[in-house]
Amino acid sequence: MERQTAIAVAGLRRAYGEHEVLAGIDLTVPRGTVYALLGPNGAGKTTVVHILSTLLRPDAGDVRVLGHDVVAEAGAVRAAIGVTGQVSAVDGLLTGTENMRLMAALHHLDRTEGAERCADLLARLDLTEAADRPATTYSGGMRRRLDLAMTLVGDPQVIFLDEPTTGLDPRSRRALWAIIRELVARGVTILLTTQYLEEADQLADRIGVLDGGRIVAEGTADELKRRVPGGHVRIRVATADDLARAGAVFPTATADPDTLALDVPGGGDVTALRAVLDRADAAGLAIADLTLHTPDLDDVFLALTGQEVPA
Amino acid sequence: MTVLTTPDRPDRPAVLADTRTMLGRGVRRLLRYPSLTIMLVGIPVVFLLLFVYVLGGTLGAGLVPGGGRSDYLAYVVPGFLLLTVASSGQGTAIGVAMDMTEGIIARFRTMAIHQPSVLSGHAFGAVIQNFAALLVVLGVALALGYRPDAGPLGWLGAVGLLLLVVLAVTWLSMALGLGAKSVETASNAPMVLMLLPFLGSGFVPTESMPTVLRWFAEYQPFTPIMETLRALLTGGVPGAADAGLAIGWCVLVIGYGYLRSRRLYTRSR
Repeated sequence: MERQTAIAVAGLRRAYGEHEVLAGIDLTVPRGTVYALLGPNGAGKTTVVHILSTLLRPDAGDVRVLGHDVVAEAGAVRAAIGVTGQVSAVDGLLTGTENMRLMAALHHLDRTEGAERCADLLARLDLTEAADRPATTYSGGMRRRLDLAMTLVGDPQVIFLDEPTTGLDPRSRRALWAIIRELVARGVTILLTTQYLEEADQLADRIGVLDGGRIVAEGTADELKRRVPGGHVRIRVATADDLARAGAVFPTATADPDTLALDVPGGGDVTALRAVLDRADAAGLAIADLTLHTPDLDDVFLALTGQEVPA
Repeated sequence: MTVLTTPDRPDRPAVLADTRTMLGRGVRRLLRYPSLTIMLVGIPVVFLLLFVYVLGGTLGAGLVPGGGRSDYLAYVVPGFLLLTVASSGQGTAIGVAMDMTEGIIARFRTMAIHQPSVLSGHAFGAVIQNFAALLVVLGVALALGYRPDAGPLGWLGAVGLLLLVVLAVTWLSMALGLGAKSVETASNAPMVLMLLPFLGSGFVPTESMPTVLRWFAEYQPFTPIMETLRALLTGGVPGAADAGLAIGWCVLVIGYGYLRSRRLYTRSR
């Protein structure tokens, strides 16, 4: 079992003074998979990453990375992990290449091997052109990519990404997702935190929803979506009269007179759709437009954390 | 407190390699940010010119009967060498405080490296920065007509003593920089160090000072250091008491600064 498990956390607690940030967390991440910690600001996501990456000591609980205890065997954990935190961990006074070579030297790679790997990673992350400029001149997306490139120099088996795409434009975000998928395909285990539901949906094998220091729900994206109601068929009609008639045909639906739309609950799948169409036909109701709405992680997030979805 | 120390000790080659890597980083950072070094060298040079040309004539006459500017220059150069070291402390504190605000420090902490090498890199960088500054100040003094009488042994002793002082000021400033809440406060803390050479025998003999100040001047660490350095540079033999005190103070401050810095570095933030 040890061989298959990359990250094992049991009963993790951590407080800052009086304020309890983590109130007993359990999670298991199998090797070669992506686990996303999803939660609003202040939920404790970063604290989890800091503890897993040996920056913070847990108050209680058993926290292991590749079987090594993060407190007693911090050195062994550090040798196996790579971390890209929220604050970009690059040396602004050094150039891209110098930052990379610094990592190669600290991993004790031999000179030629190190130089090759650095050039390789810079190319993979589309930084070759900017490699000889100081990192202070980089854009946010470039800094983030350099940050990740530096993390990859040591060929880590487990990577922690703390909000890796926060503040990135959609193109950079998609580029980063592609890189993450590539890493996972090569057997790397990734734990990432995110506020973006789409990101968790796109990348993660399992998602843990963290709120108030607890994991309030866990599962695959589909499992989580199934747990919340919210699937419906939305029909639009042409006139206010039609809307009133539609309201009579579907008494459980909620109508929106402004958009002449009607949300019919009962699921957002094909069966529900057929039922809606049959009833509309039977009543001779003319439908102008129709959309299916399956619950997305936004609904899950809202239902589980009782908070508005962060923008 | 909430700190994690690496229990597994890296082997010796790793310690050396990591320290060398961090030294390279320290030197690169100095070269990329030269304005700080220029400021640190500029201050003692400007003060040297002021003291020698504006005040030197009068002070020289007070120093030895019938003396003048050149006598004062001969007297004051060791003081300026120490002032140079003391003012470099500010650069070290600013440099390390600035570095701590960079995310890369968090990265270093999550890597399986010899952790204190992060600080050693700064310290070695500071030593190089200090000796470059000392050479410039000494060069200016020579251009003004300073002629030390030290033999090879005297120079060796002077360089050795200066190295000790540099290390002491560096590690103390490092601790101050690491303990500072912000880069701004980091630049204030070591300012006191810059005053100390003035409140000693560096610029005027302590006998000329009021009682309370004289008492302080005679017991503060810079005075025995200054006396020893002056003796070495004038080709004389430093008094055993002064030399002992000078070395003792340096070793004590190095030890305190190093341990305190390590502690502050590993403290969780």
